Amino acid sequence: MFEIIQNVKNLSIGFRSKKGEEILILKNISTNIKKGETVGIVGESGSGKSTLALAMMGYVKHGLYTIGGKCEFNSSNLLTMNSRELEKIRGRKIAMIPQNAGQALTPNLKIGYQIDEALQLHSNLNKQQRDEKISELLNKVRLPSPDTIALRYPHELSGGQQQRVAVAMALAGKPDLLLLDEPTTGLDVTTQAHVLELLKFIAKDTGTSMVYVSHDLGAIAQVSDRIIVMYSGEIVLEGPSRSILKKPIHPYTFGLLKSIPKLSLAGLPESMPGSQPQPGSISRGCSFYDRCNFSSDKCKNNSPDLEYLEDLKTSIKCFNYKNLMNDNEVNQNVKKINTNSQDKEILTLSEVSISYAKQKLLDQVFNKITDDNPTVKDININIKKGETIALVGESGSGKSTILKSIAGLLRTKDGIITFDQNRQLPSDLKLRNPNELRIIQLIFQNPDESLNPNHTVEEIISQPLKLYFGLKGEELKKNIIELLEKVRLGEFYMSRYPRQLSGGEKQRVAVARAFAAKPDIILCDEVTSALDVSVQAAVLNLLQQLKEDFGTTYIFVSHDLAVVRAISDRVAVLYQGRLCEVGPSKDVYQFPSHPYTEVLLGAVLEPDPDIKPKLVAEDIVEEKPPKKGCSFQGRCSRIVGDICKNEIPPWQLTTSGNSIRCHIPLKELQKAQII
Amino acid sequence: MLFLIIKRILLGLITLFIVSLITFVGTEILPGDACTTYLERQAFGEQLEACYNRLGLNVPAYERYVSWALNAIQGDFGYSLSGEMPIKDVLGPKIKNSLVLASAAILIGIPIALILGIVTALWRDRLPDVAISTVTIFAMTIPEFISATLLILIVAIWLEWLPGIVIVPTDVTFFELLPNIILPVIAIAMIMTAHMARMVRSSVIQVMASDYVQMAILKGVPYWKMVFKHVLPNALLPAINVVALTIAWLLGGVVVTEVVFNYPGLGRLVIESISNRDLPVVQALALILASIYVSINLLADLMTLMLNPRLKTLQIRK
Repeated sequence: MFEIIQNVKNLSIGFRSKKGEEILILKNISTNIKKGETVGIVGESGSGKSTLALAMMGYVKHGLYTIGGKCEFNSSNLLTMNSRELEKIRGRKIAMIPQNAGQALTPNLKIGYQIDEALQLHSNLNKQQRDEKISELLNKVRLPSPDTIALRYPHELSGGQQQRVAVAMALAGKPDLLLLDEPTTGLDVTTQAHVLELLKFIAKDTGTSMVYVSHDLGAIAQVSDRIIVMYSGEIVLEGPSRSILKKPIHPYTFGLLKSIPKLSLAGLPESMPGSQPQPGSISRGCSFYDRCNFSSDKCKNNSPDLEYLEDLKTSIKCFNYKNLMNDNEVNQNVKKINTNSQDKEILTLSEVSISYAKQKLLDQVFNKITDDNPTVKDININIKKGETIALVGESGSGKSTILKSIAGLLRTKDGIITFDQNRQLPSDLKLRNPNELRIIQLIFQNPDESLNPNHTVEEIISQPLKLYFGLKGEELKKNIIELLEKVRLGEFYMSRYPRQLSGGEKQRVAVARAFAAKPDIILCDEVTSALDVSVQAAVLNLLQQLKEDFGTTYIFVSHDLAVVRAISDRVAVLYQGRLCEVGPSKDVYQFPSHPYTEVLLGAVLEPDPDIKPKLVAEDIVEEKPPKKGCSFQGRCSRIVGDICKNEIPPWQLTTSGNSIRCHIPLKELQKAQII
Repeated sequence: MLFLIIKRILLGLITLFIVSLITFVGTEILPGDACTTYLERQAFGEQLEACYNRLGLNVPAYERYVSWALNAIQGDFGYSLSGEMPIKDVLGPKIKNSLVLASAAILIGIPIALILGIVTALWRDRLPDVAISTVTIFAMTIPEFISATLLILIVAIWLEWLPGIVIVPTDVTFFELLPNIILPVIAIAMIMTAHMARMVRSSVIQVMASDYVQMAILKGVPYWKMVFKHVLPNALLPAINVVALTIAWLLGGVVVTEVVFNYPGLGRLVIESISNRDLPVVQALALILASIYVSINLLADLMTLMLNPRLKTLQIRK
C-alpha cells in the first residue's frame, strides 16, 4: 500500500462574522494524500477548495483561522508550526503552483533569480551548480532557450510561459507534494492542454504527489487518479476518478456533469437550478437540499454523513445515492436548439480591417489609419437574421476586436459594416444615431465589472428603457418587471445592488439590460467564461430561450469550443485576426477542417478520463500576424511548401457549405492528422 | 528610453517657459510698476522718465520679456527695487538658508516616514500600527503655522531649550545656523513625514496582499528576506512619485514656517517682496520655485522609469 504523506484530520477553518458568530468555510474535512498519486479537488467557486489546498501547506489566509483539526505532513501538524519550521517545509517538501502565474511572480525580480531563490533555500548547491540547475529546470518545463529566459522579467513572457516558470520554481526544491491551484484556468485551450500534459509527465517522472484544485472537470479528468468533490465547505464525494466521472452517484456531480456541454453533442446541456449556499446560511439538513432533484424529507433536517462504499472505493455524503446507482449513465438530455435563422441578412461585414497602430501626426490630421499589417484583416461575414454565429480563436485572434468594431467602440481601418442589407453603420460611435446604437447591444464577460455597483437592478435596467423609449413612471416599472421575469428573476430583485447577487444572477441582469433596448443584434463577449459550469448551462439556456422569443441575432465570442458547439448555428474560426474557416457548426466540428480548427478541437478537455486531448501544434505565441502568406504558417504542422509563406490561401467550399481557407486540397484535409 | 528622458526634460522646460510668461504678464497687468513704486509721490515728469530710462522700462513689453528671460537663464534677474542691489546677491544666501532647512527636513523626514510606513504596514492592526497611525493622522491634520507656534510655546518659552525665533544675519555659516533650525525643521518635517508614512503604509499593505507575496511565503522565503526582496521594491516604486509631490508641496510649508520663525530664507523673502511690491524679486522667486517643483517631479519620473523593469523594457521594445 502507498505511504500517506499528507493527512487531513477533522479540519475546520472559518472566520468570525461582524456579529461575532463563527462561520465555517471548511467543515470537518478528513482526507489524505498518498505518495505518488494525483488527487483532484473539484467544486464551484466558494466551495472551499482553495482554502483546503492552502491549509495543506499550513497557510491560512488573512482573516481566517483554524477552528479545529489538523493537517499532518509526515506526521507533524502544519497548522501549529511556527514560521521558522514552516519555511523548512514550504518549497522543499510541499510546493505550490499558483492560479495566475502572471501575478504570482514578483514583477521586479528576474525569472532566474526567482528560481535561484528557491534553490538557495532548499539545496546546498554552489553558484555554478545552481545556474546549471536553473537551465535544467527551465528545460524540463519545455521553455525555449532557458538561458535567455532566466534573464527576463516576468512581464516579458506569455501566460503559458509564466505558468511554466511557476512549475519550474515549484520543482526547484524537489518537493514530495505539489499543490496546484487552478493552474490552467487563465490560459488558452491549446496552452492549457500543453501545460496539463507537462504536469502529467512531471508527476510520472519525479514520482511527486499532486493535489490539483480546479472547477474544471475536464482538466481534473485528465490528470487525477482520485477526485474529491467539495460543496459548501464539505467533502460530498471522494473516490477513483474514473468511477466518479463515469458513474456519478452523488446528485451534485450528476447535475454538474450534465451541465457541461460536450463536443460530441450539439445542443444545450441541462442546467442545475440554484446556487451554492452562502457560508453560515445553512444551519441544518443537507447543504445541497435546495438544488437536489433526488431529495427526500429526511434530507431537509438531517445532514448525511460521509459513508464509505467498499465495492466502489468511494465515500459519499448522501442519503439517496442508491437511486442514482441504478440510473447512473449520464444520458445527457440535451435540448436541441431550434434554429430560426432566416435568409435575410441582418449584418454584413465586408473587407473589414482593424488596426491598433498609433496614428501618426499627419494621419491624425487627415483622419485616416495607415498600417500595412493590421491586427484584423479581410473579414467578410454575412450574418443572417435570427442566427447565432460564434467567433472562436485563442487570445489575440481578434475575436473581441471585431465585436468592438461592430459595436462602434473601435474604428475600422477599412471595410464596411452594413445593417439590414442597406444601412451602412458609421465606423465611429459618435456618428451613429440613437436607433443605430439601439439595434446593437453588448453583454460582457464579467458582470462584476459591467454593472455599476452603485446602481440598483431597477436603475440598471431602466437606463436603456429611458434612453431609447423615453418610458416613465408606471410604464417603466412594468417594463422592468417584465424583463426581470423574462430572465427568471422576480420583481423583488429590483431594489437590490449587484453585490447582493450571485454571479449567475448578475449575468442575468446584464442580459435583461441588453434586451431592454429591444435590439436586433446582441454581441456576447465570453458571457459564460466567468461563471461556474452549472450556472453557465442556465445562462446558455436562457439566452437560447430569449432568442427564440424575440428573434434576436447573436454574435457569440468564446474560446470554449464546447460552449460554442452547444449554442451556435454557425462558427467562424479566427487566427491572428484572419478568418480560417466559416461554416455551419455541425460541419466545422467535423472533417475536413482547417489545420487550426483541428488544433483547437484537439485541445478541448472532456470530463472523461478516457478521452485524451490531441496536441497537434506547439503553443507558440506569435506577436504579430505574418506580413504575407497564410496567417497560420508559423504554427501549422501541415505546411505544404513555400506557397503557404507567400500566398494568402484561397477559400475552398465543401459540399456542406463550409468554407476553409487553406492551400491543402479538401480531400487531403478530410483525413485527420495522425501524430 | 533616451528619447523619453529628453521628452520629459523638454516638457519641463516648456512648463517653466509658461510660468515665466504668466509671472511676467501678471506683473505687467498690475497697476503701477517698479518706478511708480520706487518714486512714490515723486512719480511724475522728468524723474519718472529718468527712472524708466535707467531701468529700461521704456521699451515694449515683449522686448523686455526677451531680455529679462535671456538674463534669467544666465542667473541674472536684474535689480531689486528696495535695496537697489542685484537680485542674485539678495537671493544667494537666502537660497542657501532655505536649502539647508528643506534638505534637513527631507533627510530626516524621508527615512522616518519609510520606517514608520513599513512598520505600520507589517504590524497592521496591531499595537505598533494603531499607535503610530493615530499619531501620524493627528500630525497630518495640523497645519505648519499651528505646530510651529506650539513648538515655540513649549520648547522655547516653557522649557527654554532652544531659541524661539531666529535672529541671525543672513550670511551666517552653516554651523552657526544649526541650533536655530531645529524647531523649524521639526515643524516642516512633521506634516510631510506623516503624509509620506501613510502613503508608504497603504502601498506596502497592497503589495503584501498580492499573489506574488503569498507565493514567496509558500516558497519558503524567510520573512525578512521576503520583505526586502519581494515587498519593498514593489511597494516603494509608486511611493517615489508621492514623495516627490510631498517635497514639492513642502515648499509651501517652508514659506509659512520661515515667517513664523523669522528665518532668513526664501520664504520670508517671498512674503517681504510681495508686501513691498518688489516685483522683479517676486518674478525671480516665482521662476526659481517653479524650477524646483519641475525638477523634483522630473527626477521622480526618471527614477520610476529606471527602477521599474516593466516601463524600462516597454520603452526599449517600442
